[in-house]
Amino acid sequence: MAIAEPTATETKGVGEYLLAHMREYGLLFALIAIMVFFQIVTGGTLLRPVNITNLLLQNSYIIIMALGMLIVIVSGNIDLSVGSVMGFIGALAAVMIVEMDVPYLAAIAICLVVGGVIGAAQGYWVAYWKIPSFIVTLAGMLVFRGLSLWLLEGQSVGPFPREFQTIANGFVPDIFPASIGQALAPVFDARQVNVLALGTGIVAAAAVIWSGMRKRARNRAYGIVDEPRGFFIARNAIIGAALIFIMFKLSTFRGMPNVLITMGVLTIIYAFLTERTVLGRRIYALGGNQKAAKLSGIKTERLTFLAFVNMGILAAAAGLVFAARLNTATPKAGFALELDVIAAVFIGGASMSGGVGKIVGAVVGAFLMGLLNNGMSIMGIGIDYQQMIKGLVLLAAVIFDVYNKSKQG
Amino acid sequence: MTALLEMRAITKTFPGVKALDGVNLTVRKGEIHALVGENGAGKSTLMKVLSGVYPAGSYDGEIHYDGALAEFRDIADSEKRGIIIIHQELALVPLLSIAENLFLGNECAQNGVIHWPETFRKTESLLRKVGLREAPTTLVDKLGVGKQQLVEIAKALSKEVRLLILDEPTAALSESDSQALLDLLLELKDQGVTSIIISHKLNEVRRVADTVTVIRDGAAVSTMDARSQPITEDAIVRDMVGRDMAHRYPERTRRAGEMLLEVEDWSVWHPEHVDRQVIRSARFNVRAGEVVGIAGLMGSGRTELAMSLFGQSYGKNISGRVRINGKEVDVSRVDRAIDAGLAYVTEDRKSLGLILEEPIRRNITLANLEGVSAGGVLNENEETEVSERYRRAMNIRTPSVFQKVMNLSGGNQQKVVLSKWLFAEPDILILDEPTRGIDVGAKFEIYGIINDLSSQGKGVLMISSEMPELLGMCDRIYVMNEGALVGELTAEDASQERIMSLIVTE
Repeated sequence: MAIAEPTATETKGVGEYLLAHMREYGLLFALIAIMVFFQIVTGGTLLRPVNITNLLLQNSYIIIMALGMLIVIVSGNIDLSVGSVMGFIGALAAVMIVEMDVPYLAAIAICLVVGGVIGAAQGYWVAYWKIPSFIVTLAGMLVFRGLSLWLLEGQSVGPFPREFQTIANGFVPDIFPASIGQALAPVFDARQVNVLALGTGIVAAAAVIWSGMRKRARNRAYGIVDEPRGFFIARNAIIGAALIFIMFKLSTFRGMPNVLITMGVLTIIYAFLTERTVLGRRIYALGGNQKAAKLSGIKTERLTFLAFVNMGILAAAAGLVFAARLNTATPKAGFALELDVIAAVFIGGASMSGGVGKIVGAVVGAFLMGLLNNGMSIMGIGIDYQQMIKGLVLLAAVIFDVYNKSKQG
Repeated sequence: MTALLEMRAITKTFPGVKALDGVNLTVRKGEIHALVGENGAGKSTLMKVLSGVYPAGSYDGEIHYDGALAEFRDIADSEKRGIIIIHQELALVPLLSIAENLFLGNECAQNGVIHWPETFRKTESLLRKVGLREAPTTLVDKLGVGKQQLVEIAKALSKEVRLLILDEPTAALSESDSQALLDLLLELKDQGVTSIIISHKLNEVRRVADTVTVIRDGAAVSTMDARSQPITEDAIVRDMVGRDMAHRYPERTRRAGEMLLEVEDWSVWHPEHVDRQVIRSARFNVRAGEVVGIAGLMGSGRTELAMSLFGQSYGKNISGRVRINGKEVDVSRVDRAIDAGLAYVTEDRKSLGLILEEPIRRNITLANLEGVSAGGVLNENEETEVSERYRRAMNIRTPSVFQKVMNLSGGNQQKVVLSKWLFAEPDILILDEPTRGIDVGAKFEIYGIINDLSSQGKGVLMISSEMPELLGMCDRIYVMNEGALVGELTAEDASQERIMSLIVTE
């Protein structure tokens, strides 16, 4: 009986399915709509290879932190200190590398450890003393802002050695012979083609489609009411095409930025961690109902603690990328960035009360914000309007969430 | 003497349940009228009808108050007429002062500005009336439960009460506080205040009540008048439990095996009021294949006993020994208790048992994620198979295990919680009110599941407020009162009368 169900629900399910998954499609459509809009009003500047590269670089540190923030928010907490921690780690790296001549690899390792320690120091109070995370990390925000100022003595410190800069500004060299790229270039009417970037795009697109089909086949086998076929094909076609398109654009410029690899790998790791592992499942349970999770034998305190340690490490990683990108550490670095990170996670569909949210959603949310920033800047819209528009977008996204939820009952 | 209140043929139905069925209640002016009955008999519902919590029109029947038909729309409406109800859970704001609490919503104010001297003067006179020697500025937080109760009564007096309703006023009080409260009630009676008191403590009822009405299964089964003849506790108990076994219980061959769980000297202290001992040296055991019940009233410490055993999920300064299969085990954390072979199915499934936003599938595996994973990586196919298996075995009515738990009925939610714990493969299951709030059909299914478990050799410890359920299901019943196990009855010896008399003759 269960196996026969999907065919019966196939036709009537389309509207229902759309309603139930409005959020995910909404986010995807919004992203596409905004992209098309800016592409038109900026006269094609938005999707020029150099601008796509910029977009990725500009948002890399937000996305890296959004991964950690999603976990913190899913666990039912918040971290307001990430902007300050990011700035502090950048400052620490600068002082170590530029002023103390610490080898840059050692400095990176030390910075990541310090980030983890900072996360642990905050998570300890939240997890074991039950002090609201809002308060602990608000304190952390002030403390680390002050510490960066103290560390840098109010000055900017830089520049960094070349190797360190490549964390953010470097590109993955093409491993294929240059002759292939040159041979391909005329086909696409481009000056050059980075075959590795293009190939990666195609492979990634294929991987997305393959894993989607595998999941679909498995769901079918269990008779789960699934995405209508048309939707499935359209969604995968769009994602696949977008991946190939963006990588193609990158390949005609300088290839894949290093940070794209960092972001991509981290996103895959965290998506896997949250969706496929016992650890991830427990974090959702913790945020969904802490008492029930605890009574099911889950060590809720330790999980909360670990969520903050993880956030600290990722904030440190973001701090390194940010410092490398600017090639200098300034006392202002990371100022108010926590708000962009948190906004990205909520736009991506996470719930303030915990237990709900996806890594991919947070990443898309961050891109959406980044796209707005970038597009509006190209259009020459003033910072005043930019802030207002971003604020309204965040509000709209959350209202949309609440409205959807009430409609589903 | 004339009647102050007459409730005629009150019938109140909730979806699927008839909570009150044609109840008649007459309260005379100036008397203390006691309402007694088991948990869930309908006493509180009746009082909610009276005080307007369930407004006129939502029930059938008539309320005549002070000689006229009364149709209260809400609590404010009934309070205006002098009917004031004091609930079991006190409705005071802990971090406000006595004076602020007394006049909350009824402030001595002009144009929104509070007149403090007047407030304090009135507070002092009210506190004198109830015999509470505390400054009006004392925070309610600082008062013990007994004194808080007096503040509630003072608050009622400030509203010019004519009919005072107290829902188990002495349930949380010490002996001396209870006596003081009862004296106060008698004093108020002399001043002309009529009161209705809901209580389980029959000795107290006998002491203060002029009339006793017994409520059973939503009907008033008897009314006794202390002035015509003395009321005996025996007579009350008989009327309280005197129903025939309305429910049916699936048959089971009773066969107790090896000793499975032994608990000795189990003592637990209240997590906040550290000087209050909640469990007093409890000692009990469960054999393999045995269904053992714990009877007792609400607040007698049954849930606290279970939760403190299960990974110290309740209480402080827990001491005592737990042996499972003869070996002493560590149950100081939930994961250790689970490893030791315990499972606790909570009485409060929505807030302690389930993650309502998540699908059935993810709820069932929550206590044993290792069972559907390898090296920390979940196998979602296996998870779906496992939950499908339980869906069929437990007959969880749902189109799919991907359904969110919040969309299920109470009975099906309970089956999900049970599935979760069965999948953790415990030796001993502690079931806390396993059939609370679920319909008769689902109850019968749950009973069947319990019997299956015992025939598999698992030990079942069952906490229930429904005595017929315990009598129908258990091989042995412990009776709990005020944190202590005060008696143990075998299935043959147990009866509702014996259980009730063990509880009330404290």
